[in-house]
Amino acid sequence: MSERWPEHPLDFPKAAAATLQDEQLRSNLGHATTAIRAKRSDVVAEVDDWEALRDEGAAARDRALRRLDERLEELEHNVRAAGGVVHWAPDKAAAQRIVVDLVRATGSDEVIKVKSLLTDELELNPALEDAGIRSQETDLAELIVQLGGDRQSHILVPAIHRNRREIRDIFREHLPGAAEVSDDPAALAEAARRHLREQFLRVPVAISGANAAVAETGTVAIVESEGNGRMCLTLPKTLITVMGIEKVLETWEDLGTILRLLPRSSTGERMNPYTSLWTGIYADPTHPDGPEEFHLVLVDAGRTNALADPVGRDALRCIRCSACLNVCPVYERTGGQAYESIYPGPIGAILTPQLQGLDTAPTLPWASSLCGACYEVCPVKIDIPQILVHLRGRVTAETNASGKGHHAGVERLAMRSVARVMDSRRAYEAAQRAGRLGLALIDNGRGKRGKLPGLKGWTASRDLPDPEPSFRSWWREREEERP
Amino acid sequence: MGTRASLLITCLVDTLYPNVGRASVAVLERVGVTLDVPMEQTCCGQMHQNGGHPDDATRLMRRTIDAFADAEIVVSPSPSCAAQVVEHYPHLAERSGDAGLLREARALAARTRDLSTYLVEDLGIEDVGAPAFPHSVTYHPTCHGLRLLGIGDRPQRLLRHVPGIELRELPEATSCCGFGGTFAVTNAGVSTAMMDDKLRNVRGTGAEVLAAADSSCLMHMGGGLSRQGAPVRPLHYAEILVGVPASDDRLPKTLRAAAR
Repeated sequence: MSERWPEHPLDFPKAAAATLQDEQLRSNLGHATTAIRAKRSDVVAEVDDWEALRDEGAAARDRALRRLDERLEELEHNVRAAGGVVHWAPDKAAAQRIVVDLVRATGSDEVIKVKSLLTDELELNPALEDAGIRSQETDLAELIVQLGGDRQSHILVPAIHRNRREIRDIFREHLPGAAEVSDDPAALAEAARRHLREQFLRVPVAISGANAAVAETGTVAIVESEGNGRMCLTLPKTLITVMGIEKVLETWEDLGTILRLLPRSSTGERMNPYTSLWTGIYADPTHPDGPEEFHLVLVDAGRTNALADPVGRDALRCIRCSACLNVCPVYERTGGQAYESIYPGPIGAILTPQLQGLDTAPTLPWASSLCGACYEVCPVKIDIPQILVHLRGRVTAETNASGKGHHAGVERLAMRSVARVMDSRRAYEAAQRAGRLGLALIDNGRGKRGKLPGLKGWTASRDLPDPEPSFRSWWREREEERP
Repeated sequence: MGTRASLLITCLVDTLYPNVGRASVAVLERVGVTLDVPMEQTCCGQMHQNGGHPDDATRLMRRTIDAFADAEIVVSPSPSCAAQVVEHYPHLAERSGDAGLLREARALAARTRDLSTYLVEDLGIEDVGAPAFPHSVTYHPTCHGLRLLGIGDRPQRLLRHVPGIELRELPEATSCCGFGGTFAVTNAGVSTAMMDDKLRNVRGTGAEVLAAADSSCLMHMGGGLSRQGAPVRPLHYAEILVGVPASDDRLPKTLRAAAR
């Protein structure tokens, strides 16, 4: 039932070519992102100095990342002091193994889950199923994706590509007791609620991600809208929280900054409906906090590699708000599934290649027109276009070294020879004359020469300008005619 | 008059849109600026940088820095290429590890402007004394000018002083047109989908002219309009400020017919 991500390497233009054909998808996404963009922009405008808050957010994240090793040890110490158990997972396989073993040790063969991007990144559901453990998503959109055997397409709203009629059909087919449900949103939510409530009360183990953890107190934080998270975090006996090592914050005050930025950027709300914070385990009435048993699994899975890149590392500031997806003109047209990763959109284009390795996603840094709308809205000021361009340079350098891949060979030669021409006035001016002749021959893609392979991408939808004498030839003549 | 400036003409305008260059010269000379055009300039290197070839881009940056070594102030009709100098040259130079180059890159960045910023902010001129242009115009703010340089509505402020002009608001104006340099070819499908939505909005205004500040984006949108047979003329705002030449010869054939 749980879908794995496709085998790599990812090919964005190819995947996008398929999703671009889906008119229903584009219409669903267009409506959803337009609405959420407007909400965000309204609530951001209410804040007196949003730009200063963004600066604070970026600084809070950088403070933690700059001394990540120390912050993580501090977090580990404080979680242990409050009765929690801390586990370290260097990669996906280790994280899967740790979580499977922890669930098995409880004796339960089922778990309930709070929405978590990291567990999807780690393909935890398929790993649990392979181990004979049933994993139930409890976030409404995650439930829709899980029931439909589908893949997520948005960081915040994983089923954003579905409209309510499609959701009704999925529920009728796959949700117990929902064979007659209508497409009324309240009826759909009620059907899911009835199904989930029974499991909240019965299943003894929950798995969550984390929005943040505070090193100085050992507190973990989860924000959500539906209350399913609160149920998972408080009802089951055992809680297993899986968290990327980059999510740690230095201080309680830094958490305050992030909690002010996140809901406005994410759902366009002033405050999210549920904020759950817990420190360790329930010990006795003097420390009535947390579950009876608490495990914190700290996962690297490529984060240390990303941290080693002085430009790319800013991507680790990300607080997963999804504002960049909602304003991205590329995402709005291709949808999230074209990115073939749990992290779609602009942030995915810089995060996926860094976490998984550039060779697994060499086309993603090119999945952007570099319009800059993402950077403009990012609550922690990640300069996404700058990182995209930087990663493009890394991809071409790697493919040149190996002689294989998308950007090696012909493209490399072409770019280098253009640079050589541009680095000589004489060659540049000769090329201008030759180019004029070339344009005259092309006849705007309607003649045979317009079908030249290098031009096809352009001439399929656009005409070329007509040839003219260059500006510099006009300027030179004018200068010569001057008295 | 002591106002001097050097024109960063850009390879695209130099080669494919010379009229935009001539218009920029005419506007600047009309307001009393003495211009020079360093002939050693070719390409700023943006295409190479954005294509993932930073070494080639650095080579072209060195060339551009040298070409404008004597320039007091550098003015470009293209906000995108100006942004390459202002925003990206310091990054590229930093990456090269050459302290002297970094110093020169920062110095050039500090004295480079796009045409509208130079006119409105440096010279304090919004009314350039343009001839009448009795046409409806819709303006698309191109992304690098809008978000990298922060030129705001300076081009529109210049256009508002043109006698007879009717400016029509473009819905979803700040949404990218889909050009994106090599993106237009490497991701042609997405680029075209973005362009189609942009052109639908442009055509929806009923304006006779689509104006913008970057000839590259205009090449993309204009190429699409021409292919669609739409009777909308793509023009750089500087061309409007000097009055478009009487001859329509430089327009693609389909547009030439439509314009008549």
